Amino acid sequence: MPQIELAGKKYEVDEDGFLQELDKWNEEFAQAYAHTEDIEGTLTEEHWKLINYLRNYYQQFGIAPMIRKICKDLGIDMKKLYELFPTGPAKGACKLAGLSKPTGCV
Amino acid sequence: MAKSDTPLLDELEKGKWPSFVKDMKQAAQKSPMAEDLLRQLELSYKDKIGHWKHGGIVGVKGYGAGVIGRYSDRPDLFPNVQAFHTMRVNHPTGWFYKTDALRNLCDVWDKHGSSLTNMHGATGDVILLGTKTEHLQSCFDDLSAAGFDLGGSGSALRTPSACVGPGRCEWACVDSLDVCYNLTMHYQDKMHRPMFPYKFKIKVSACANDCVASIARSDFSVIGTWKGDIQINQKEVLAYAVSAINIQTEVCDLCPTKCMEWNGKELKIYNEDCTRCMHCINLMSKALRPGKERGATILVGGKAPIVQGALLSWVIVPFMKLEPPYTELKDLIDRIQDWWDEHGKSRERLGELITRLGMRVFLRAVGLPAVPQMVKAPRTNPYVFFWPEEIQKEVK
Ligand code: HEM
Ligand code: HEM
Ligand code: SF4
Ligand code: SF4
Repeated sequence: MPQIELAGKKYEVDEDGFLQELDKWNEEFAQAYAHTEDIEGTLTEEHWKLINYLRNYYQQFGIAPMIRKICKDLGIDMKKLYELFPTGPAKGACKLAGLSKPTGCV
Repeated sequence: MAKSDTPLLDELEKGKWPSFVKDMKQAAQKSPMAEDLLRQLELSYKDKIGHWKHGGIVGVKGYGAGVIGRYSDRPDLFPNVQAFHTMRVNHPTGWFYKTDALRNLCDVWDKHGSSLTNMHGATGDVILLGTKTEHLQSCFDDLSAAGFDLGGSGSALRTPSACVGPGRCEWACVDSLDVCYNLTMHYQDKMHRPMFPYKFKIKVSACANDCVASIARSDFSVIGTWKGDIQINQKEVLAYAVSAINIQTEVCDLCPTKCMEWNGKELKIYNEDCTRCMHCINLMSKALRPGKERGATILVGGKAPIVQGALLSWVIVPFMKLEPPYTELKDLIDRIQDWWDEHGKSRERLGELITRLGMRVFLRAVGLPAVPQMVKAPRTNPYVFFWPEEIQKEVK
């Protein structure tokens, strides 16, 4: 397993950079990791809203929500999603939120 | 590479067929990735197990689709395929290229990837096989500079695809190339930024000869057809009879609906029973032509085996005129996708959702009238579920 160091702490991640030990997630992790997903500077309130929503949903249901549900529940559209997370909700947002990697072959 | 490295794969080079092993060996001479790929495949044959890990999530900026992540589960043995991602590149409609465009494409791929390609994949796209994570963005940038864009992958609208149609073929009943290109440009967002429960494929065949390509491989199939009578030139029919074919056995007897009659002098077609399968027209292209009023039949629900088994698309619009800007077609696609996106479970294709919730729910949701052509298996199950209020109406 590769390791990364963010804000002075070490984390186990998979080859795509998804956090392996989910309980180690914290806000400094998300902030320090943001630049690898093409987000410049500090995470805004809108970023956090999505990250927290993803984490809550994941804790409740054990999977990431479907895109349409995200957009509906948060009242944002696809354009806004990609403005916030340029590498997309599955790759960028889930990774910063510390969700395990969405699986599937294709 | 010494031959003895891959004794099992070498077997696949024997015989008279083309062999992907030969291609891969050729590529291996200059690409270490291709070489490790060969060696890993040999090990897979030996162990009888695929040595790729399950999925991967990688991409380029602004896109959620177009790259399929792959990693070797034996990077210790095959370090050059530790990451071996596939890039799907949107093909030019009808697969027409100038040679310099192809050379450009290959140069980009020699620079960034394994140099192995699959022209073209089952999806229609150009499949570029095997690159590393750190090359993805620069490869995408080079592809863009060469005029190419990525196609769809994952839970997105997949790159629409079409038969070569009027580009080369006199039988085309609709301009499959233009429909495909127009839809591709119109739906860029749905292709690049996955938002659906699962994949959604659109394929356009300009006549029924290519019907399987669209009904077996797409959620939304467009097949060119006509209204009215097949155009007959009796003089040419006679010419065929004299010189080329046995019209009774080869044409009439093989007509699937047996709607043709040949008395040795004149061919008669009972057009009301013709299913416009193209068989007779294929055999006597100088004598028979599709009818004059052209359009397309729209079918939905096709998919390959994964999750709930294979389905073939079935008819939902018997005849639609297709003229740019294809507003009626796009409105229908939007209504269907909206309903599916709203009600579909994760990894549920359109055909499976219709099967689960029922055709009448689907028809009402997308605003289509029920018509006899929709009956999916008329010979085995001609029944239709009516809404209670419709039954009420009949009783009064
Ligand atoms: C258990 C593992 C795998 C499963 C279940 C699987 C399944 C599939 C399926 C269902 C498709 C069709 C997707 C579509 O058209 O929408 C597909 C396409 C494809 N897969 Fe896999 N796959 C697996 C592993 C791999 C691996 C290891 C590679 C390469 C290293 C790979 C490369 C591809 C490529 C290049 C395509 C696109 C082909 C085309 O469009 O013609 N797959 N796979
Ligand atoms: C000679 C044998 C086979 C051929 C030629 C073949 C060909 C294809 C093609 C062309 C596609 C892509 C269709 C598309 O464009 O959507 C496909 C998809 C697929 N095939 Fe096969 N296939 C074969 C056998 C199998 C078998 C044995 C399985 C599974 C046990 C399988 C599972 C799949 C799956 C899961 C997909 C993706 C389906 C989807 O999600 O739409 N195939 N196959
Ligand atoms: S499907 Fe029909 S129109 Fe398209 S290329 Fe084949 S024969 Fe021609
Ligand atoms: S198109 Fe097909 S169904 Fe129609 S008359 Fe010709 S062979 Fe028969």
